[in-house]
Amino acid sequence: MATFFGEVVVAPSRAGVDDEEWAEEAREETPEDREIRRELEKKREIDVLWTLKSGASLESSADQPFVCSKFVVAIGHNAAAFLSSFILDSVCWEVVGVVKLWNEWCRTSNTTNVLPTDSFCLFYRLISDPTVLLCQCSCYVAEDQQFQWLEKVFGCMQKEGLQVTILSTCPVADYKTQESTLTLPAPFLKALKTKEFKEQICCPLLEQPNIVRDLPAA
Amino acid sequence: MFVPCDRGGGSASSDFKGFTLLMPAVSVGNVGQLAVDLVISTLNMTKVGYFYTDCLVPMVGNNPYATAEENSTELSINAEVYSLPSKKLVVLQIRSPFIKNKYRPFCQTLLSWVKSSKCARVVLLSSSHAYQRDDEQLLGTPLRYLLTPDLEKAAGGLMQELNWKEMEKVAAYPGINDTEKVIHIPGGGITKLLFTESCSKGIQMAVLLKFCSEGDNIPDAFALVNYLNEWLQLIKSEVNTSSQWKIPSSWRLLFGNGLPPALF
Repeated sequence: MATFFGEVVVAPSRAGVDDEEWAEEAREETPEDREIRRELEKKREIDVLWTLKSGASLESSADQPFVCSKFVVAIGHNAAAFLSSFILDSVCWEVVGVVKLWNEWCRTSNTTNVLPTDSFCLFYRLISDPTVLLCQCSCYVAEDQQFQWLEKVFGCMQKEGLQVTILSTCPVADYKTQESTLTLPAPFLKALKTKEFKEQICCPLLEQPNIVRDLPAA
Repeated sequence: MFVPCDRGGGSASSDFKGFTLLMPAVSVGNVGQLAVDLVISTLNMTKVGYFYTDCLVPMVGNNPYATAEENSTELSINAEVYSLPSKKLVVLQIRSPFIKNKYRPFCQTLLSWVKSSKCARVVLLSSSHAYQRDDEQLLGTPLRYLLTPDLEKAAGGLMQELNWKEMEKVAAYPGINDTEKVIHIPGGGITKLLFTESCSKGIQMAVLLKFCSEGDNIPDAFALVNYLNEWLQLIKSEVNTSSQWKIPSSWRLLFGNGLPPALF
């Protein structure tokens, strides 16, 4: 593609197709490349650590999935802050797990003593009903880690009779509507639900052509 | 990878033996995906399942082909399969880009699913950067096709009758050695990989592509889907074919919201 100044540049494609990347991958991988790639993959692996009330750490085992009736996941700083302000307190809820991950945008640790401004991903359980779980995920989970997060977290849970609620926020500017977003009474709520969800929803459904992406979508 | 939907039909709805699989490559202008949207929307195809894969960026929304309040609340995700048994057609729609380093595993899993579900042939809709054309390609039709050797035997003659143009090969080492020619599809995403893998695995695959640039690619999608229709005859081709294809409701607001009145 030629620009106005006459120089030829590679046009970026909206489809996310990057020819240089393909050409690079088409080359034969040397053992060194493979080693580097494996190290990078290991660095980007997600660890889900469950803690018992006694403080002992316990690796989640596939044979003993948690019995879970309700799982509320809050993704992003706003949703996590909502849970902190209105739901969580140290009397009724206890920390039962943490996710440890690293990517270019953030790093979490396995400490459960976090500040609201930190990046963290913690799991809480309602003391009076241990089948109710909450997750506050204020760290950014990268594209290539989202599936792993999903499999590792839900892999520990018994899925029959499980009701999952996902809380998330998106910028109003991203909302597609006939009118301009300037005149919209923000903030506002929209929902997506599976056909198995039979209860009443408290807000209207998300209209086409709006979509949800990243971890809430996964 | 393929997860069938729970429908009354049971396993019957996911039996694709002898069917034609139509799918897009995520490529420049998203033309293949737009063309597939037109096919699904016009033929009112039924969703029969989806791909559970970690190779595509996750996304979810409500039914993109909704026509009324009643059918607008079905969830839709990034890789879904639709079917129309009366035309022996099964369609895969891909709605998000590939995650880095994941397109190769996706191609492998996809092609083994094609083999295991016994699809007769695969038609891949794609596009290529218009600015990479050479002088000859700048003239004439911007539409091209490619056939794997197995499909060449079955359908090569038909392409001649339709007067279609085969995608030209380019020199592997331009300027140095002009004798070795390879297929080069810049901006085509996984098109070349799927094509070369299908050639070596004996899969009958056709690639239909259009040269285009990023921008309003709706006309490109119409051109590509009409090109496809010349061969597969999915809808009756009358004089004004553009009006025969039904635009899905999700194509609304492709270029942004309404303007704030305060601007004026």
